[in-house]
Amino acid sequence: MSGKFERRALLGRALAFGALGALTGCDYDHPHHPDLADRALRAMSSWNDRVQAALFDPATLAPTYRPDQITRPPRFNAYYDLDQVRVVDGESWKLDLFGAIAERRPWRLAELRAAPQESQITRLICVEGWRVVGQWNGVPLHWFLRRIGADLRARYVSVRCADGYYSSIDMASALHPQTILALDFLGRPLTPPFGFPVRLRTPTKLGFKNPKSLVALGVTNVDPGGYWEDQGYNWFSGS
Amino acid sequence: MRSPRSRPIHPWPLRVMHWLNALAILTMIGSGWQIYDAAPIFSFRFPTSITIGQWLGAAIAWHLAAMWLLVLNGIAYLAWGALSGHFRRKLAPPTPRALWRDAVLALRLRLDHRHGVYNAVQRALYLGVIALGVLAVLSGLAVWKPVQLWWLSDLFGGFRASRVVHFLAMAGIVGFLAVHLALVALVPRVLWPMIGGGSAAEEVP
Repeated sequence: MSGKFERRALLGRALAFGALGALTGCDYDHPHHPDLADRALRAMSSWNDRVQAALFDPATLAPTYRPDQITRPPRFNAYYDLDQVRVVDGESWKLDLFGAIAERRPWRLAELRAAPQESQITRLICVEGWRVVGQWNGVPLHWFLRRIGADLRARYVSVRCADGYYSSIDMASALHPQTILALDFLGRPLTPPFGFPVRLRTPTKLGFKNPKSLVALGVTNVDPGGYWEDQGYNWFSGS
Repeated sequence: MRSPRSRPIHPWPLRVMHWLNALAILTMIGSGWQIYDAAPIFSFRFPTSITIGQWLGAAIAWHLAAMWLLVLNGIAYLAWGALSGHFRRKLAPPTPRALWRDAVLALRLRLDHRHGVYNAVQRALYLGVIALGVLAVLSGLAVWKPVQLWWLSDLFGGFRASRVVHFLAMAGIVGFLAVHLALVALVPRVLWPMIGGGSAAEEVP
């Protein structure tokens, strides 16, 4: 269990319903004493991770859309406001590789541009409940993982971002044909608010599992967690 | 052997499932309202004071935990109701004529309550809320898994339409609860049999 997970109590203030009130302790704001309800909810969230992994069919594709169905203007969303977006220098940018990878040499943007590309018009569903349709183009992650000699039997693909955001996905979802290292959005190179220079696009998962402005990618068997996941959002968060 | 005289109005499996369902459905509704507030589909929000979870991550955790209780308990109820003969004996769909007659009597407050016997209005309401529960679960699965359960999502008309259906199913269940609780308040003697079982023989008019 990650300590960060405990920082924010899942329960918050007192419950409206008495029957559930019996489950709550009085220490739920204390990071080292998650109450009974917090622990029960975490256990259920882990169970839901396993159920979603079992439900995940590698051959089921996320629905694709026509160009006229693309949401315009695109919707910006992050854990900060638009004016706080970090601007990455594409010339000096590199993608660091770590973990169970045979060739851990960093990748430059031009090298990713020269790799095979996959284009998709897919839907992004936010955990909040809204959805948008966008067009992304980039390097299939399954191609990239094979190219760098990643251990495809490892459990997690972990990513870190220029803005401090981080997340991780299961290997089965990483190898899904529609999971790409996106370089273009709406037919042009990604702009900083939408993840320049590289965004992990995972159309089989919720929006927050699509981290932007990647700076490092690793393969590991130790649960890397994530920015939102560690605060209590369900880790698998598949669609 | 118990004598027929001591037969409970509500057998124990029904009572257990009723209260488990009450716990599950209140948790689902309260956490669902908090989830709704993160991206409202209508021009109102639910006050945080009446929601469960206080913030989106906690509300989702409650919602996706309580769904197991709701679904497993619901399946147990449907299986028990079918196998025990409960549905056949107690919940036969009313004819329109009987429903009209009992609805008019109920609105004039002249419909007698007999323990363990459901009138046409009650049967219609119970069957309706069971159907709404099934609809809420199916549309909820469509919202949760629009890619893996794409056929279910398509059945409801896509992601956004699934959210609307899920909301309307909730609204119908809340409407049922309002009537259900109002009737218990009007006829409080129906409450104890759902807790302790009661005795069917005592109440024959």
